[in-house]
Amino acid sequence: MEMTRFSDLTIRTRGLRKVFGGKVAVRNLTLDVPRGEVFGFLGPNGAGKSTSVKMLLGLVLPTSGEAQILGCPVGDVKTRSRVGFLPEHFRFYDWLTPTELLKLHGRLYGMSHAKLRERVPVLLDLVGLTPHRDKSLRDFSKGMLQRIGLAQALLNEPDLIFLDEPTSGLDPVGRRLVRDIIKAQRERGATVLLNSHLLGEVEITCNSVAFIKDGEVVETRQLDDDIEDQITVSIRAPNVTAEIADGLSRWSRSVRTKCERLTLSVSSGAVVPEIVRYLVASGVDVYEVTPQRLSLEERFLEIVGTDGGL
Amino acid sequence: MGVWIMAGVTFREAARKKMLWMALAAGSAFLILFGTGLHFQAKDFAAHGMSPVLRREISFTMVTMGLYAVDLLAVLMTILTSIDTLSGEIASGTIQAIAAKPVPRWQVLLGKWFGFCGMLTAYIAIMVGGVNAVTYAMAGVTARHLARGLSLMWMESIVLLSVVFVFATYFSTLTTGVLTLGLHGLAFLGGWIEQFGAITQTPRAVNVGIIASVLMPSEALWRRAAFEMQSPLANSLRISPFSTLSVPSMAMVFYALLYLAIALAVAIRRFSQRDL
Repeated sequence: MEMTRFSDLTIRTRGLRKVFGGKVAVRNLTLDVPRGEVFGFLGPNGAGKSTSVKMLLGLVLPTSGEAQILGCPVGDVKTRSRVGFLPEHFRFYDWLTPTELLKLHGRLYGMSHAKLRERVPVLLDLVGLTPHRDKSLRDFSKGMLQRIGLAQALLNEPDLIFLDEPTSGLDPVGRRLVRDIIKAQRERGATVLLNSHLLGEVEITCNSVAFIKDGEVVETRQLDDDIEDQITVSIRAPNVTAEIADGLSRWSRSVRTKCERLTLSVSSGAVVPEIVRYLVASGVDVYEVTPQRLSLEERFLEIVGTDGGL
Repeated sequence: MGVWIMAGVTFREAARKKMLWMALAAGSAFLILFGTGLHFQAKDFAAHGMSPVLRREISFTMVTMGLYAVDLLAVLMTILTSIDTLSGEIASGTIQAIAAKPVPRWQVLLGKWFGFCGMLTAYIAIMVGGVNAVTYAMAGVTARHLARGLSLMWMESIVLLSVVFVFATYFSTLTTGVLTLGLHGLAFLGGWIEQFGAITQTPRAVNVGIIASVLMPSEALWRRAAFEMQSPLANSLRISPFSTLSVPSMAMVFYALLYLAIALAVAIRRFSQRDL
């Protein structure tokens, strides 16, 4: 497997740990997020996801370990001009209008007035808030507030965007909007780290995910179609000999036989007809073939358990 | 740059949330009440043919009384308006989106501090100016060393503001308020003990008051301000809220400046290092 080059990593952590009082929030976070990825960060409540994000943003100081974002140590103030962040519970000065809020955050990014005059209307339009640009934020619904939070995270056209539960409070139209925005950011070349409980959203949006439990990454997983072991094929065929089963190894490294049933993991659904042709040519009576994708939700439940880590 | 952005937004918040305007409205009501009292007093003095010297001294006392009320209002204004700015934003998470920007945390804190300084400066200047304008219009007198007194009253508020900022980086909004008011209350009580000690010539009691001023120099600054602003005759009054039998020295004023600077430095250090 080709090693990811150091310079290709947007986020790199080694043994990152955070202890609050006597409570371990993040035990040992070791993570590599390549440039240009939409990376899902999954785990049950209290797994340490938000604390990890806050450490990467310099909001929480790590107890030990090391971390870099965009090639600089976390906490480096200048690097933050290339970072966007939507906190889990985005709070703001609710006496401002959306335009004023974006201008304030833009000024904090060091953006000029001229640049903001150009950028703010574009972002308000992007998140569908142009008709409400002069309303006070205290009159906004939860979904509208989430949209303005998303807009402030994109103000500086960041290279790295942290989105902590970005679809929280959004209706299906808003969720679709978030998906489209994330896609556009990926196409622009930005890296997105997405914290979300909505596994369906993550599955649609992300290239890869990390499952975190008890403050540790327990598994990282590519979500692209051509990755091996993504599809499990279950075949009901009573007369499969050991020799025929061995012949299946050209399509799968994992072949299991039990009673009349063969179970094998394959890299792509496209190989299923080939397998069937092979079995029939070998004289096997094939009664049933069921390709199944192990959903992210099933894998999530396998990893964290049905108690959600509580 | 971040300092001035945060100072601007803090000042605008006070104005937009109507804090400043409500405080000024309440202050105006106070000035009207004060002016009405002075008006009737001046009428009675003229009717009774009171001597001009006595009339002048009573008017001086009235100025000090008005300024004493302004000082109390300024103390409350300082604490009540600022206690939520840091601790509240830390608790609610509002600070997260701000602190994740490419602005050092010390600039965020200092900006907020400057924002409140601006608001309190405007408030104190308007209120102290108002009291003096009213007494000048009604009785032809103003505070004796007005600029010095005004500076000391302003400094008292800024010392309290800095203490609020220190506590706010450690504790919740309510705890910050309770601690700051408690510390000011301690200084207030210490001031009275010091005055009684001076009257009864009890050096130990005077020392207790001085120790209270070392712990929190806010009240000492008011007493020095009162000393600067009222007439020499009023200064010799035995016991009153404006009594200055034991006048805080200039060393205490410089100590208060140092205290303010240290409080601000502690707040900046703590805010820069704490988890948000």
